Order: sequence, then C-alpha cells, then structure tokens
Amino acid sequence: MMKRDIILAGVGGQGIISIASIIGYAALEQGMFLKQSEVHGMSQRGGDVMSNLRISHHEIASDLIPFGQADMIISIEPLEALRYLPYLSAQGWVITNIRPFNNIPNYPEIDQVLGEITRLPHHIALDADATAKEAGSTKAANIVILGAAAPFLGMAYHKLEDAIRFIFRTKGDKIIDLNLNALKAGCDFTEKHM
Amino acid sequence: MQRLLLLGDEAIAQAALDAGLSGIYAYPGTPSTEITEFVQNSKFASENNIHSSWSANEKTAMESALGMSYAGKRTMVCMKHVGLNVAADPFINSAITGANGGMIVVSADDPSMHSSQNEQDSRFYGKFALVPILEPCDQQEAYDMVHYGFDFSEKFKVPVLMRITTRMAHSRSGVIRKPDIRKQNELKMPSDLRQFVLLPAIAKKRYKNLLGNHSVFITESEASPFNRYIDGPDKSKGIIVCGIAFNYLLENFEDRKVPNPVLKIGQYPLPRNLVEKMADECDEILVIEDGYPIIEELLKGLLGRGLKVKGRLDGTLPRDGELNPNILAVALGKADTFGLPVPELVVGRPPSLCSGCPHIDSYYALTETLSDLSNGRVFSDIGCYTLGALKPYEAINSCVDMGASITMAKGAADAGLIPSVAVIGDSTFTHSGMTGLLDAINDKSPITVMILDNGTTAMTGGQESPAFGKLEDICRGLGVEEAHIRVLKPLKKYHDENVAIIKEELAYPGVSVIIPRRECIVAIDKRIRAKFKNK
Repeated sequence: MMKRDIILAGVGGQGIISIASIIGYAALEQGMFLKQSEVHGMSQRGGDVMSNLRISHHEIASDLIPFGQADMIISIEPLEALRYLPYLSAQGWVITNIRPFNNIPNYPEIDQVLGEITRLPHHIALDADATAKEAGSTKAANIVILGAAAPFLGMAYHKLEDAIRFIFRTKGDKIIDLNLNALKAGCDFTEKHM
Repeated sequence: MQRLLLLGDEAIAQAALDAGLSGIYAYPGTPSTEITEFVQNSKFASENNIHSSWSANEKTAMESALGMSYAGKRTMVCMKHVGLNVAADPFINSAITGANGGMIVVSADDPSMHSSQNEQDSRFYGKFALVPILEPCDQQEAYDMVHYGFDFSEKFKVPVLMRITTRMAHSRSGVIRKPDIRKQNELKMPSDLRQFVLLPAIAKKRYKNLLGNHSVFITESEASPFNRYIDGPDKSKGIIVCGIAFNYLLENFEDRKVPNPVLKIGQYPLPRNLVEKMADECDEILVIEDGYPIIEELLKGLLGRGLKVKGRLDGTLPRDGELNPNILAVALGKADTFGLPVPELVVGRPPSLCSGCPHIDSYYALTETLSDLSNGRVFSDIGCYTLGALKPYEAINSCVDMGASITMAKGAADAGLIPSVAVIGDSTFTHSGMTGLLDAINDKSPITVMILDNGTTAMTGGQESPAFGKLEDICRGLGVEEAHIRVLKPLKKYHDENVAIIKEELAYPGVSVIIPRRECIVAIDKRIRAKFKNK
C-alpha cells in the first residue's frame, strides 16, 4: 500500500498540469485513488502556480496536502521550489529545475537560490532546460523534471511511459518519443545523483 | 465501474448532461467558468442541441434559465459568487415564481479570495430566497447532487441553489457516472399560467406557498442522503461540518474515523432533528464552515446563551479565509505540522500583464496624458487590466464591481473631479457598463471612457466576448457623439498619436469614448495554434 503527496510548483505556462495529468493517469491505471487541486484564473498571467497532487491505494480525504506532510516538491523553477517548503515532510524530497524563470524585477541572486536548495537534506537539482534540449526540445523541461522525480513516485517506470503515450497520443510519434527521451534523461540524472 | 477524473466543475456539468439538461446559461467567472465550457466542448451537448453559449451577464443568464424552466425544460445557470449579486433580483424572485422544469443555480464561492474582490458566502442568498441549498463535499457528491437537485426542483417546483467553493471547483477526483442518461423534458407549460406573474395579488399567494414549503424542505433535509449523522463515542464535543471542510476533518484522523459524533451537512435548510440530536447528546458543538459562520450564528442566537457553540465567531477557527487540514488540526486540539520555513530571499511572483499585451500600451499612453494633472482620476473595472493597479503601471485607482468604472467616474465628475476617466474592458462594458454610460450621456457628464477592446473575455481564459464587433454601434446608439468615439491602435509606434487623441478627449466637456483596439496576445496565440492544428 502506498501513498504519495506531491506539491507541483512552477510559473504559469511551464507545464505543471501536464505532469499532474501523467502521474494521475498512471495512478488511475493502477486502480489508485487520486485528488488533485490546482489553481486557475488570477494566478496565471506569469504568476506562481502550484498544484496539490495526492495518490494513494487508500481513499483520500483532503484535497489539500497538510503543511509538513508532502512526500515531495516537484518544481520546474528553483525559486518556486523554495516557496512551498512549509509543505515538505522531514523525510521529503525536493526535485527541481535549477534554471530560473526571471519575470520579476526583484528576482534574488540565483546562486543564493541554488544555495538554499543544495542546503536541503534531500534534493535533486538539475538543469532541465539543457537536458530537455539534448533530448530534443526545451519544451520538454517539465517532463525531464517528472523523470527526475520518477524514482520517488513508488510506481513502475513503464507506467509513466504508458501515461506519456496516452497523454500525448494525438501529438504524433515524434512528440511522444521526444517526451520519452526527456523522461529517461531526467530519471538517469536522479539515479546517478541519489 | 470506470471512474472519470473530473474537476468539481466538470462533474457538475457531466451530471447536468446525464440528467437531461436542455440549456446552460452563464457569464464566465473564476472558479465557475469550466462548468459551462465543459458543456460547450461536449459532443453530446451539440448533438442534442443543448444551449450553452455565453450570456451578457449573470442577470440575463438567470432570467434565460428561468424562461427555460418556465417552458418545462431542465436548465442550469452558473456564476461566481459576486455574479449572484448581479443576478440577485431574478434569483430572489424565482423562488417566488417557483420553477416548472428543473432549475439549478450554481454559485461558486471563493474563500481566501484567490481571484475575487470578496469572499461572500452564497448560502446567505439561498437562505434569503428561502430555497434549498446543496453543498457537495467531493466531486462524486457534486455529480450525484445535480441529479437529486433537478428531481427536487421539479417535485417541489422550486429553483435549487448549489454552492461550491474554489477548492471544490478546481480539484479533480474520480467520479462514477450513473449508467443511464435521462432524456430531456418535452416542452411543457406551467400548469398555472399565472404562476410567473408576480403582481402583488399573485405574489402574495406564491410567497405564502414558498413559506409553507419551508417545513417540507426541512423534512426533506432530514431524510437527505447528503446530511449524515456519523456517531462517535466521545460526546464531549459534537462536530457540524459543511461541504468540502468534511474532507479536512477526516484528514486529521487515522483511517478517517472521527471519535466524536459528526453531522455532515450537504443540504439546507438544516436538518432540524439531526442538529437537535447533536445538541442533546454533546456537551459542546464545533461548527466548521468553509465560508461565513452561518450555521454557527444560527445555533448561537443573538445572546449565545444555552448551547455551547464553537467555530469562527469565538476564534476556535479564523474568522476569514479558506480552511485547510492544519487549521482544523489546531481547532481540534491536535498537533499542527509544518515543514521548513520559506527562506527569506523568496519574493512574491504576482500575476502581471503578459508581455505584448495591448493594455500595457493603453496604460502608458493614458498615464502620460494625465501626468500634468493631479493623481487619482482613473476608475477601472474587473478584468486583466485590473493588473494595471500594480507596478510598474500603477495606472488605476479603483476596481469594485463589473461596470463600476463608468458610473464611479461619472459620480466623481458630478462631484467636480474633472476630467475623470473610466477604464473598462470590452466584455465588462457589455456586461454592466452600457447602462452607466447612458446615465453619463443623459447628464452630459465630462468623463472619458476608455473601452479596452482586446476582442475576448481574457481574464477567465479567452471566452467569446458578447461585445465583439458591436462597440461603436452600441456607443452611437446610446447617444455618444460620433466625433467623440475614437478608435486607437495601442502600439508603441503610435504612442504619441494616441496621447494626443486622449488629450483632446479629456479636454472635451462631455462624454467621450476611446476604444484602444488590439487583439489579446494570448487569444492570437490560441487562434494560430488552432489553425495550425486543423491543417
């Protein structure tokens, strides 16, 4: 029996909802329960966005993850990863992109931001944009991050591959392969650095 | 049984389609928008000729729904909580006329004001109108309640209010659909053709009828599957919990087993017998409402003597804002949990106007034009352009309710603040700005109205704007002089030209309308993608 409480973080338009859909599809295919709460409306337009994703073999009560109880924070942007630390449990992991999305005038020094991340006891930090580019397109940075989180999700890796094939089924084989490569590259990084 | 993964909004829409819906009416408003969009995108809906296009505002939506109900068909009308203020007149009166075909009014509240001006609780409106209220605790219940609500509405000939919150609307979970799709109703006139004629003589009778039904509604609530008394051994405290807060309560207990008696409320008026049972067997009652303390106030009464009631009013729970599992943990006397503090260097990342947004150019031109005058002359409205209040623009001085820009500018001009400027979006203008403009024209008020026309209802995700292609005609028709209807192209390269035009109109001692027109860049992007996809 397993459960995972996941905070997904990023900036509007970076693709956290796609990550949620892929994990969600994979979870449902395994007969798991799922609750996912997301932000619409005012918070888009380049603002911070976050989503609570809970998957479990048991029925799930709350749509919101309690503070201090998230198993992981998956973030496509380093500053956004830090914003949700109050949710993280003591054993929880932060899996984040290190490439900043700088659309505010007072974005802090990136070295300091990364310093805060590397100070965390359980973290995976990678340049998902560069990795995604190697895999074929920077647009797949979110899938690289998903791949980096894959070893922590408690589900077989091929379930995520199946979910990607399903979610991108209308986009053609090229896009599917690109995303499968991105997933693999993210996963490889984590397995090397864990 | 297959579970569909649906947002609360989508579960409501799917249920309406499965329950024989003939038409949905709405104006977009976060967090309610996705209900109507789901019907608009449904193949089943278009194949079955189910009405789903947007209304000009919530009042017109409510009235159209009432007309569909009059004609015997099942209808749903959806809005965000403040939209119910706009639709309050037909809503309150629809309780007096009663329904014919099933009618469900969905109002989506926004505790903590994620994207709203206030966090008003729509249950007050339900109580005020004396109609039954349904409040789901999860997506499955939202689905089931729609079927129940339509049946209820037709059985008792009354509109039913469904109250959801942002978290309910925008949270996704597995939903099991009913196996059968109910057919739409046939056209069927009300049995009494004077039922909807609220002349005093008839309205008095209808009102007595509604009052008489109140005790029936209570009896229905007492038997409702959505009101559940879950017994527990620890009678030192009973817990009354409404809607989605039920989930936050269960989250705090191993295996979701609460040691105290719990009364879960999903249907109003309150089930009197169940509340009585709790009051009899428990020493005190904790009331948990994700909204205003309505039940708490009701139980406490004016003087608070008698029952020992805890909740938002005595500080057991915070007085405002959305609830969550941690807030409930503290209220239940359990240990709170917290991860790591947010590092000090983390700064806010507020939403902002998109790069390339036409409003940016409009604001830079307007601000420059006004730079010689004293500050504080720009009344604005509800839409993306409200972000013009923030840095670096700081271009507007008000945002109150849909349409208020024009009428507030008029009032300020009446008071002597000349020139006064109104800034309003195209769809906000047709929502509630037109009547205010007529007031200004009739008074020849010295105001300049800028209708920022980006051709879409952008803030809520780019829905079709009811104003599209009609703005100049509307202004002319209302009586704005032809010479003072000015259309600009808000682009950097026309900046000086635009400043000059705004300056001219500010100097005019009557009503001017300036229409900066350029398509929303998000809408362009969407349009091009769709074109590319279809090729």
